[in-house]
Amino acid sequence: MIKNRVIKFGNNIDTDQIIGARYLRFESIDEMVKYTFEFDENFVKNFKSGNIIVGDENFGCGSSREQAPAVLKKIGVSAILAKSFARIFYRNAINLGIPVIKCSDYEIDNFDEITIDMNKGIICNNSTGKNFNFQPFPEFLQNIIKAGGVINFRKQ
Amino acid sequence: MNYIEKILAMHSGKKEVKPGEIINVKLDYIMSNDATTTLAIDIFKNQLQCEEVTDPEKLVVVMDHYTPSTSIEAANTHMKMRNFAKEQGIDFVYDCKGVCHQIMMEKHVNPGNLVIGADSHTCTYGAIGALSTGMGSTDIAIAWSEGEVWMKVPETIRFIVEGKWHSGVYSKDLILKIIKDITVSGATYKAMQFEGSAIESLSISGRTTICNMAIEAGAKFAYISPDRKTDEFLSENGRGDYVKIVPDEEANYIKTYKYNVNELSPQIAYPSSVGNVMDIKKFEGLKVDEIFLGACTNGRLEDIEIAANILKGKKVSKNTRFIVTPASNDVYINAIKAGYIEILVEAGGIISTPGCSACFGGSIGVVGKKERLLSTANRNFVGRVGASDSEIYLGSPAVIAASAISGKITDPRRILI
Ligand code: SF4
Repeated sequence: MIKNRVIKFGNNIDTDQIIGARYLRFESIDEMVKYTFEFDENFVKNFKSGNIIVGDENFGCGSSREQAPAVLKKIGVSAILAKSFARIFYRNAINLGIPVIKCSDYEIDNFDEITIDMNKGIICNNSTGKNFNFQPFPEFLQNIIKAGGVINFRKQ
Repeated sequence: MNYIEKILAMHSGKKEVKPGEIINVKLDYIMSNDATTTLAIDIFKNQLQCEEVTDPEKLVVVMDHYTPSTSIEAANTHMKMRNFAKEQGIDFVYDCKGVCHQIMMEKHVNPGNLVIGADSHTCTYGAIGALSTGMGSTDIAIAWSEGEVWMKVPETIRFIVEGKWHSGVYSKDLILKIIKDITVSGATYKAMQFEGSAIESLSISGRTTICNMAIEAGAKFAYISPDRKTDEFLSENGRGDYVKIVPDEEANYIKTYKYNVNELSPQIAYPSSVGNVMDIKKFEGLKVDEIFLGACTNGRLEDIEIAANILKGKKVSKNTRFIVTPASNDVYINAIKAGYIEILVEAGGIISTPGCSACFGGSIGVVGKKERLLSTANRNFVGRVGASDSEIYLGSPAVIAASAISGKITDPRRILI
């Protein structure tokens, strides 16, 4: 179960917005984190570790930079929920053990508090009392997420 | 099976594969650049705890994004890459020699190859009938250690493009129009296959522009079947033999789109999504502060030639800056020999070292507050080339050159016809 407050985004959030290409020259993720979503006021002002990102369609489009999900993980994003994801971002996020949830139909606003049941595939919007369903991950991907990413999964 | 499924089957050791199936595939090349290699090195060494890459001859390591080193951090990144290459016995290291995808096309990839790269525009090599796709640094590190990765077999969308190309209209205009029509997520998880007389009549360079931008519609692969022009391209670059692939008669496609380039006019992508595309007439006269000709999308000899033909004997407007970056050293030398560089410098252009340059904001040609950039690159995202309130417009090399003269977005057909 993941329970936390939501920071909401719109359509087509690209990886350049998550972490600008000019910061990829840094050698470590630690040096990059302070530039996460640097141009997004809502995020910069309001995000707190543990918060859940809610996007719309095509979240994470653009480049293949794994630094994008990596900075989100580092600052404590506990899950990312969107109507659809760009392919490379989705795979990278799973590789890093970030729960990325595809849900085509939801009513969630900025700052709502939601609870995600990964096993059952249910999102409860605690702020409105409404529930939404999603297709739970296949076991293979569940296990990668549970292990905290593909590297830990392989070690097991 | 279609072309794409056949190539995947060949690399998975299976007789047949079906869309949706998860397969393990052997790779022909694993490419990474200076935006992604150091993270992969950290994962490879510290997390996977590996010491040696499996096939050093399959690795291609390119320094192109922050070159020549644009900051102390970039210099450290480059050092780390050079040391890793040395320690692992990697021969294919390109240090400030051009954009990774152009180098892969010129020096390495063959039709039928399966390639992954730590860069989303890796899908480019479909232009010569290879399957290639972008992945993150963890997948790259795993591929370094094992020489293979898992992949899901994608469904394929077919684009049949017929008609005759009008003067002033290029493959960039076609791919922008397609992305507009199918949207920026219209091909997510899918392969895009391009065919038809208008594709056959394009050079490899023109085909490269199309396949390069397939990722802007979310695609996993782009594919154009090799033909006589592909063979000529390979032989010019010192390569030749490859396995010819013939699709089954009952090959599967989930959708077919038909286009006719007779009806196509120059297109412009406006801020801040590559799906925001309109006919150039909507933007004519819009003043631009900087103009960029280059990137893996349109930085080849043919693109520079188009610009040189338009700018010959003319001057770049005083109200704009015109940056030209050849996509590779080979392109650069050939453009010098053909006299194009002289024409562009005389016109007032700024020539920079082969590499990514002003395609993204980590190198040179960064734009300031509220500045407007017109570019031949492939992305116009918020803040991609500088200030968050700067604006990026995308167009063909001819649009770029015609606009350089006026300092405003200009339909190249006004000059060419
Ligand atoms: S030229 Fe631009 S799109 Fe191509 S690899 Fe470089 S930064 Fe990426």
